[in-house]
Amino acid sequence: MNFPEDIKYSSDHEWARVEEDLIVIGITDHAQRELGDIVFVEIDQLDEEVEQGDVFGTIEAVKTVSDLFMPIKGTIVEFNEGLEDSPEKINEDPYGEGWIVKLKPDNIKDLEELMDASVYKEEIGA
Amino acid sequence: MKRTSLYKKHTDIGAKMVDFAGFSMPVIYTSIKEEHLAVRQSAGLFDVSHMGEFRISGKDARSLVQWLSSNDADKLSPGEIQYSCLPNSKGGIVDDLLVYCIDPEHFMLVVNASNIEKDFDWIEHQRILKEFDAELVNLSDETDLLALQGPKAEKILQELCEEDLSVVENYHFINASIKGFGELMISRTGYTGAGGFEIYLKPAQTVELWNVLLEKGKSDGLIPAGLAARDTLRLEMGYCLYGNDIDETTNPLEAGLGWITKLDSEFVGKDVLLAQKESGLKSRLVGFELKDKGIPRKDYPVFDADENEIGRVTSGTQSPSLSKPIGLAYVDRKFRKKGTEIFIGVRKKKLKAVVCGLPFV
Repeated sequence: MNFPEDIKYSSDHEWARVEEDLIVIGITDHAQRELGDIVFVEIDQLDEEVEQGDVFGTIEAVKTVSDLFMPIKGTIVEFNEGLEDSPEKINEDPYGEGWIVKLKPDNIKDLEELMDASVYKEEIGA
Repeated sequence: MKRTSLYKKHTDIGAKMVDFAGFSMPVIYTSIKEEHLAVRQSAGLFDVSHMGEFRISGKDARSLVQWLSSNDADKLSPGEIQYSCLPNSKGGIVDDLLVYCIDPEHFMLVVNASNIEKDFDWIEHQRILKEFDAELVNLSDETDLLALQGPKAEKILQELCEEDLSVVENYHFINASIKGFGELMISRTGYTGAGGFEIYLKPAQTVELWNVLLEKGKSDGLIPAGLAARDTLRLEMGYCLYGNDIDETTNPLEAGLGWITKLDSEFVGKDVLLAQKESGLKSRLVGFELKDKGIPRKDYPVFDADENEIGRVTSGTQSPSLSKPIGLAYVDRKFRKKGTEIFIGVRKKKLKAVVCGLPFV
């Protein structure tokens, strides 16, 4: 499994990457592997402010369904529309084309509370 | 947790393992879709060694099987197999199973892994209660099972086998000589609807046969397939899964298993089923396709257009062959007809669905 060093990780298995003044959010390689074949993603709170730890959507896989938890407080400004037709991108490229939302963070410093790759790897026993 | 003979093989090739019925089993090797489509289009190999096998032998073997099972075991000739249920005495189902007739005094029952102990105790209980002169032996620990499924299964297996497999009909078995493995019981059965064979063998032989089959079948697209693909494949066919679609509380007639419930033969609980049939069955297991975006899951509620609850989902998935969400649900019989609009409660929403015929594919 792959855990890039340049992004942050949450204990709910989301990742966050700074992209100019926005934060890109997706699920980790570990999470996509646990879910198996992903069939679609639904985002409930586009253009709304979401608290850290709140559910902002659901991810449906063939075998199971899982909530998506917001790793840091902010407003969701964009959903990855490429996932509408190709949700399997999350399985194939979880940190790239499989990104899920872009967020305008309330306070970008909140990112520091998230885990580095090495800590996350330890947490999941990878 | 128990492991099959192939445990190390599965983990070595990177399978995701899950706890299933007390066994650590491979659920996905690469992707459900890839494994599923391989079985539909070419071939897939499943380790289903967790399944239970019992032998019933003796003078009253056939009468015991007849008494235990809902299908008509008197009709079975040597070499034939029946899909059947073990009904309980209250009109529910102890398990669903395959009954192999070896000869009139020897039968093999293949039962669900999750029910091995329960079934064994139930059969022993009935055997003693009704004083059948027969012996029940649990062969599960000394019997492995590989399922080679898909349109290329016969071609792949034939290369290893001296007997002509094309003459083995559906739901029949032979003892075939497999090069390097001696005589193995091979049946034209499976849980995928894709055709193919199930091969019973000794645990010491399993890793080797697994390797040989995968090697032989490589050029025909054979790959290992896990429990997740097994589930999507069976659901596309509308086959019941014990613990989801049928259990101790579900009536086989309501489950659409009337075709294996022969009410003119004598078996456990038959009188209850007859009485229920005469007083009118209430619900029916139907297939449905979700029209709105979502995936139906076990225990989601089913509603009519006026938001009255009319049933519950027992199985659901995204069909890899159709790329559509499908499911099975018990609904009030009024809603059982093909084309009827129903609604599935998915979290806070009620999503539109339509009752459809089975199989889905």
